[in-house]
Amino acid sequence: MSRIIVVTSGKGGVGKTTTAAAFATGLAMHGHKTVVIDFDVGLRNLDLIMGCERRVVYDFVNLINGDANLNQTLVRDKRIKELYILPASQTRDKEALNLGGVGRVMEELMKEGFEYIICDSPAGIESGAQMAMYFADEALVVTNPEVSSLRDSDRMLGILASKSRRAVEGDDPIKEHLLITRYDPERVETGDMLSVEDIIELLRVPLLGVVPESEGVLQCSNAGEPVILNEKDHAGQAYADVVARFLGEERPHRFLTQEKKGLLKRLFG
Amino acid sequence: MGENMGFLEYFRSEKKGSAAVAKERLQVVIAHQRSSRGRHAYLPELQQELLTVIRKYVQISDDQVHIQLDRDGDCEVLELNITLPD
Ligand SMILES: Nc1ncnc2c1ncn2[C@@H]1O[C@H](COP(=O)(O)OP(=O)(O)OP(=O)(O)O)[C@@H](O)[C@H]1O
Ligand SMILES: [Mg+2]
Repeated sequence: MSRIIVVTSGKGGVGKTTTAAAFATGLAMHGHKTVVIDFDVGLRNLDLIMGCERRVVYDFVNLINGDANLNQTLVRDKRIKELYILPASQTRDKEALNLGGVGRVMEELMKEGFEYIICDSPAGIESGAQMAMYFADEALVVTNPEVSSLRDSDRMLGILASKSRRAVEGDDPIKEHLLITRYDPERVETGDMLSVEDIIELLRVPLLGVVPESEGVLQCSNAGEPVILNEKDHAGQAYADVVARFLGEERPHRFLTQEKKGLLKRLFG
Repeated sequence: MGENMGFLEYFRSEKKGSAAVAKERLQVVIAHQRSSRGRHAYLPELQQELLTVIRKYVQISDDQVHIQLDRDGDCEVLELNITLPD
């Protein structure tokens, strides 16, 4: 059976693509046949984060329009077996995706035996983002501990609950997971950043994980490597926990408190 | 804020403020967003049922029934557009 999972947020730049790449890679590392789809038409980026940009020949829009078949379009990951990337088109025509076409591709992927179909949503709450979430069974709502990100996440929750296929057809609702990224325990402790508890209380969505702010994320994106492959990096480790938790393992949340005390704290704290 | 508050405490309580203020503001914003949300949850269902009824008489596709909710001052206007095939 296949599960379609959208990585969404409303607000831009909060870490959707970073998350989609890490999450899909993690699922495949657990042996699940997984594809990650870039829905950001016109602003293809997932290929760079996955490090496969030079092997992109056809894209999502080509596939929908029948210019290429699925085998020609899917890019197979070189590192992880069972991991595939479906790149976005670089066309500037935002209307290039349509629900009928996206639905047909989803069905074909299911027939091909993909267990997980991860949809990397573009920013915003308009057609692109709605296209990415429409067929979803589950949603990773990516949120930064910051006012505008939280408000937008809440708006996206409203859209998941009213505009998705499941809502329209009266099916069970999309299963929502909260993923807090770019968390900085030090700033939470000084009272400048909303805490995990605050965010859960505000959004009331079950917490899947907390990914700390980490330098490794930039280094990995520079190298074209999903951060989950960097076992030394805290963000990478947090994503590994997220995937294990998603698959039903019990894992305590890590990186919620400051590790080393800063100079000021040691003197006065 | 207490008059005898030391420099460090003052510093700290100021900092405590910013996330706490954020939380308060978000509570208001999110409550507002959510209160206006559930009210029109029936629209997709209404659209589906209209489709079923109309299809008893004419064959139309999903996108030929269009429902839109607009606001006109204090009034909410439900606009219904049905395109019949020629
Ligand atoms: N945990 C993290 N620590 C540090 N930097 C991060 C973290 N997560 C994401 N970033 C950085 O934030 C920026 C935006 O990330 P990303 O592209 O994943 O966001 P996005 O939500 O997909 O953006 P868009 O809305 O434009 O698609 C990138 O520069 C990325 O390296
Ligand atoms: Mg992105």
